[in-house]
Parts: sequence; C-alpha cells; structure tokens
Amino acid sequence: MQNNGWDEFEIGAMLRSFDGEVKDLATTLQEDRNYSKSNSFTASVADWRIEKPVFNKDFCIDCQFCWIYCPDISIISRDKKMIGIDMDHCKGCGICVEVCPTNPKSLLMFPEQADEETELAGWPEKDKEEK
Amino acid sequence: MAFDKMELRETEVWDGNFAAAQALRQAQVDVVAAYPITPSTPIVEGYAKFLADGYVEGEFVMVESEHAAMSGCIGAAAAGGRVATATSSQGFALMVETLYQASGMRLPIVLNVVNRALAAPLNVNGDHSDMYLGRDSGWIQLDAYSPQEAYDLNFIAFRVSEDHDVRLPAMVHQDGFMTSHTAQGVKTLDDDTAYGFIGDYKPMNDMLDFDHPVTHGVQTEEDWHFEHKARQHNDLMTKVFPKIQSAFDDFEKLTGRKYNIVESYDMDDADVTVICMGTSVETAREVAKEMRAKGIKAGVVGIRVFRPFPFEQIKEALKGVKAIAVLDRSAPGGTPGAMFNEIAGALYNTEDRALLSGYIYGLGGRDLTKAHLVDLYTELQANVDAGKVTTPLQQFIGVRGPKLAFL
Repeated sequence: MQNNGWDEFEIGAMLRSFDGEVKDLATTLQEDRNYSKSNSFTASVADWRIEKPVFNKDFCIDCQFCWIYCPDISIISRDKKMIGIDMDHCKGCGICVEVCPTNPKSLLMFPEQADEETELAGWPEKDKEEK
Repeated sequence: MAFDKMELRETEVWDGNFAAAQALRQAQVDVVAAYPITPSTPIVEGYAKFLADGYVEGEFVMVESEHAAMSGCIGAAAAGGRVATATSSQGFALMVETLYQASGMRLPIVLNVVNRALAAPLNVNGDHSDMYLGRDSGWIQLDAYSPQEAYDLNFIAFRVSEDHDVRLPAMVHQDGFMTSHTAQGVKTLDDDTAYGFIGDYKPMNDMLDFDHPVTHGVQTEEDWHFEHKARQHNDLMTKVFPKIQSAFDDFEKLTGRKYNIVESYDMDDADVTVICMGTSVETAREVAKEMRAKGIKAGVVGIRVFRPFPFEQIKEALKGVKAIAVLDRSAPGGTPGAMFNEIAGALYNTEDRALLSGYIYGLGGRDLTKAHLVDLYTELQANVDAGKVTTPLQQFIGVRGPKLAFL
C-alpha cells in the first residue's frame, strides 16, 4: 500500500475489500474478483511457511476434504476437482495432509526448499495393510 | 413497522433523564444497546418503554456490561444505524476502552453521560470525574446545565456527530441528580420538527452496503496509526466548531433558544469571573448578580463544549477580565484541576494575562452553596485589589477539616 499522508485516505479505521462496486460475489471466482490493495488476498504470506504441501494428482479422489478443512482457503478447486494449492496464502499448517484419506496420501508436507518434481518422483508406495 | 407520534404540551415538566429519553425517541434512534446505571438509568429505560409502546421504530439491546453496551453501539453504528445509549460513573469507566474505538472508527454515536463520581468510596451522586475521564477519548463533549439543555443538546449532538465532515461520536453531559432527577419546565419540539432538525440518518461506509464491502476496526502499526490519529485530531480541531455553531444558529432560529460554545453571563464589563460547568453555572450566575449589587463586577463563564476544547473562544470570553477562578469538580489526582490547566494554557500567551486561581469543589455530590461563591468572588476581588493572586493556586472548597490548599 502507498504511504499516504494523514489527509489522503478515507476516514475511520476502515478498509475496502474491493475496488468499486461488487455484485453476486458468492458466484464470482476469486480470480475474477476486483480485490483492493488493502484486501489481504492481494498480499502474499508465503514467507510464513517453513514446510509446504505437495499435491500428487495421481492418487487424488477429489473428495474435497482438503478444500473443506483448509483454514486459509488455499486449496483451489474447480467444478469439484482439486487442481492445486494457492501458494501465496498457504501457511504450511499441514491440515490438508492430515485429512487426506487416500493411500498413499495425495498431499504430503516437504521442506519449503524441496524440489516438487523430485518429491513426486519418489512418492511413497501404497501402505500394505497387515493381516 | 410503523410507530405512533406523541402529543407533547408546549412546556412539559421533565427531569433531565426524561428529557434525554424523549430526545432519543424524537430522533428515532435505530439501536440503543445499554446496561443501565444510576443516575442515568431512566434514559435508556425511557427509550425502551417508548419502543415497547410503539412510539419508536428501533432495537433495544440488553447487554452484560457497559463495555458490551458501547461495543453493541459501535457494531450498530458501523452497520449503518442511528445509535445512542447512556451511562454514568463506573459504567462510563468500563466503557472507556470502547470509547476510543468508537471515535477512532469515526462512528457517530450519541452517549448521554449523567455525571457521577468515581469510586472508591462508592458514590452515586454528581461530580465531573466521569466527564473528565472521557476528555482524551476523541469524542465531542457537550455539557447541559439543566433538563431543557439536556433535551436540546441531544439534537445538536446527533446533527453534528452524524455530519459526514465530522463523523465523530458525541457525549451529552448532565449533572447526576441535580439535573437528571430534578423536574423543571422543558419547552418541547413537536415530533416532526425535532426529527426534521436532525434529518434522516445518512449512512457512510456502512457494513450493510453489501455492494461495497468494508472492514471496520482494522489494525495499523507504526506505519499508519499516527496518520489516523492525526486526521481525527485535525477534524476535531477544525471541523467540529463550525458545525456546532451552525447547528446552534439553526436551533436558535427554530426555537429561540440560543447556545454558545462558551457561555458568558454578565461578562461585558466583568473584573472577576468564575469558570465552571454543569449546574454550578446557574448557582454562580445568581451569585454574580448579587455581587454586582455589592459593587463587585462579577461574571460567569460556562463551558458548553468541553471537547474539542474552546481555546480561542475562552480567550475571547475572558478578554479584559482581571481575576479568574476555575472550578474543577473532579479529584485532580496530584496536579492542578484539568480545566485550570487548560484555561491557563489558553491565557498564558495573551496580552492581559489575568490572575488565575483554581478550586476543587463538589466531589461526590457535595453542594456548592451560594455562600461558597460569595467567598470566592470576594477572594477574586482581593486578588484584583492586590494585583496578584493572594491565595494558593489550588484550594478545596466545601470540604470538612483544616483548610486544604496547595501550590
């Protein structure tokens, strides 16, 4: 945000979420919304993360558990298909990995610096149930 | 939901509380969130009864504390409604945290404060401790000396507070019991005229405007906080007085009742004057007349607008005066009275720096008698005759025991 002077902003401890008027917000996808600069959506908090989730679509069953449980609305799902993670807002809490029901999991946590291709190539095998 | 209008006589016999409650009804306040406390209880009780009887269209929110009461008012004001409540003393003290929120968020809320002492020892009677506690909170503070003024100043408060150039909350003060529970003749406005003076509430950045979503009550750190506070202070200092003055002017045209930012009585040729607030102003006015009969040119200055502090208007009102007594009705807590300090600040750089002395009086509802004021004016005249302040700068009047004086 600009560092405006004391006479250069709207009065009140108040910020606008969007630039201009919004209509039918509930049916407008995030990428189509006109977020204002003061909206936290326009700020990246990626540097809060020390571990990141990596998504392996080969095992995903699109159950949407991760989408429901993510506390930061950082699971991107379209038409009920999981398509990826919003890495600007994911804080690396690992809840998506915890709730993922597949075997092996379709989401796993790795160090922030880990190479995604390498980790996908070495994805764990299916756990054999012991009889 | 419709509401009924109320037929009022031209003059009603009302105490200050009922006068304020009637003003809230006539303003058609949308939301009152309240936690009643003596001596202000009948104000919100009155609004609740008018609401239950169908004389007002609004909501009465019963909450669990004064902190919650003001918080409810803040939420309702941010949502976009006309909002008011009332409190006193300990309740006011509990509200303080939220008072700063209301003013910082620039929400127009009208708070009727029926002035009462602060514990300990616990006391339900009138002094100005709670009013003084609010003086740095960024609110507009108007002071009524009688039920009539408590009624009138509520309309002024709504009008100024809700103005889009102002958008600052306002308190209307009256003295506990002396005004709040003393019935006097109050000249009324009919419902339409009263409402018309304030006008419809005009929302600004309201949360219920879903096409323009806003976040109220944001956090700022060292990068932005100072600018917000500077803006608020600038608006208090430059925008409020012109709006109050124009509201006073319009109110005079409407009713014939004239209010001033600083009230002056017998001040045209006064040598000695008393500055005070609340019901004491009326007592002092009477004594000043009696002193004039004895040959002492006595006058009275009453502060009508305590915040923003009328620095320039005070200087103007005190021009040519030789000796001034500032009466503070609040325990000073280790310093001269707050108003003494402020008047001193206003006068220090003036040409005719008058002889200034301070008095602490009336704590916990102790009466300020005419005899006290006769002595006081006599002391002031002695100061004039001696050409210097002959007494300590801070004296307690009306307290039992050995004479108490400092500085």
